[in-house]
Amino acid sequence: MQTSVQLTGLTHRFGELTVLEGINLLVRPGEVVGVVGPSGCGKSTLLELVCGLLEPASGHVAVGGAGAAADRLAGSAYMPQRDLLLPWLAAIDNAALAPRNRGASREAARQQALPLFNRFGLADFAAARPAELSGGMRQRVAFLRTLLAGKPVLLLDEPFASLDAITRGEMQEWLSEALRAEARTCLFVTHDVEEALYLCDRVVVLSARPGRVVAELDSPTARAKDRTAALTAPAFVALRERALVALRDGSRAGASP
Amino acid sequence: MRRVLLPVLALVGLFGTWEVLARSGALADLMNLNDTAGTVLVPAPSHVAESLWEDRGLLSEHGWVTLQEILAGFALAVVIGVAFAIAMHLSETIRRAFYPLAVASQTIPIPAIAPVLVIWLGFGIGPKLAVITLICFFPITVNTLDGLRGVDPAATRMMRTLDAGRVTMLRRLELPMALPHFFSGAKIAIALAAIGAVFGEFVSADEGLGHIIRQAQAQLLTARVFAAVAVLSTFAVGLFALLSMLERRLAWWGPGARGR
Repeated sequence: MQTSVQLTGLTHRFGELTVLEGINLLVRPGEVVGVVGPSGCGKSTLLELVCGLLEPASGHVAVGGAGAAADRLAGSAYMPQRDLLLPWLAAIDNAALAPRNRGASREAARQQALPLFNRFGLADFAAARPAELSGGMRQRVAFLRTLLAGKPVLLLDEPFASLDAITRGEMQEWLSEALRAEARTCLFVTHDVEEALYLCDRVVVLSARPGRVVAELDSPTARAKDRTAALTAPAFVALRERALVALRDGSRAGASP
Repeated sequence: MRRVLLPVLALVGLFGTWEVLARSGALADLMNLNDTAGTVLVPAPSHVAESLWEDRGLLSEHGWVTLQEILAGFALAVVIGVAFAIAMHLSETIRRAFYPLAVASQTIPIPAIAPVLVIWLGFGIGPKLAVITLICFFPITVNTLDGLRGVDPAATRMMRTLDAGRVTMLRRLELPMALPHFFSGAKIAIALAAIGAVFGEFVSADEGLGHIIRQAQAQLLTARVFAAVAVLSTFAVGLFALLSMLERRLAWWGPGARGR
């Protein structure tokens, strides 16, 4: 399932407040693109625009070439920052939410989810309630829930922001492996430059509000098997510095209108 | 242990003091009531216990009538209250139009309209159900609606991209999320239902605990009044406990089910 996401001259306002301005971005089929930027620069709004929950004030959004809100909604799945697992459902039923929503029986939905649980090392946790799972485990289940929506485009909204540093590192490795196995077109929003450069093929840096694209960087070591080696390679470190400088300059630029 | 011991100690302390003060006549003196002709105007807890035993036939017969009214009225209030909450949640128009009216309905003085209800609904169970439902639906509606409206917007967004339609969203996300809130409202309502039943019976009954209380008052049988109230309180406490148990089973993830 390979679908592109295209944003052209995208501008969005909430009343008087312009949150995104003139965004041009093409996410190629199967590409993982990171979006970093200071708080309040409209990163999350960008995802809502892509998945058809918001309509842009001006400009154009398309998922797989289709611009209608219903088509965008049909083509993309959203993973929120907090896992938002439903506490009354077992992990596997949480993951199988999309098939259930589409009318599958509980058994049929579980049958769809089970292979993924086995493949991603969650088989032992299928029956566990969310309250019994660690933060990292909960995010894994939340990611499988997003995958099981069966949509070609995944929109990840700071999925690891609430995890501690060690768990976050583990989750980055896990996600990079998952994306190697299940290639999808991804928009990955984060405020962590290092995380973006490790997980994404390309990273877009947004300025402070109104968010504009101030830099686009290609990552040489996207989803490398050896995370530690990738993160300490001189090329990666240099790129991270460039991204941080762009982020800092972008924050200043946004602050003075 | 402390859970049982503390309320028991409080109860023993309170009733012990009351017993001593009432038996010694101190309470009657305080109120300028001199017990004469064997009539106990200020009963001690032991008088009430005596009445509970001696009038057990009367109290159980009429208590059963009141309990049925409480259960039926509460059930009706749950159905109406939840339906109303869902309607107000789904339609902004309905909410804006009817929420103020729902609030206003709670300012109706029940003793004022109870006789009118009797005129409309007759002397049967009708007016009692109407009174109970009128005061019980409100906490259920308000709490359930708060629960429905309090669902995390990020969860709603997520469910929409997971192909949930309006009905699916309500069934899979919003109603379960509102369940602990519903129980908060229902627990308030069940205590109100007991009061409502007696209010209804005051006006138009020849049976029920309210009827017993009114009769006993007229005959200055104060111990029996307290005995009937004790039965009523037992109903309310028992039903409250039942609801709490149900909450722990059905909404075990909610705040009301934790810890206690």
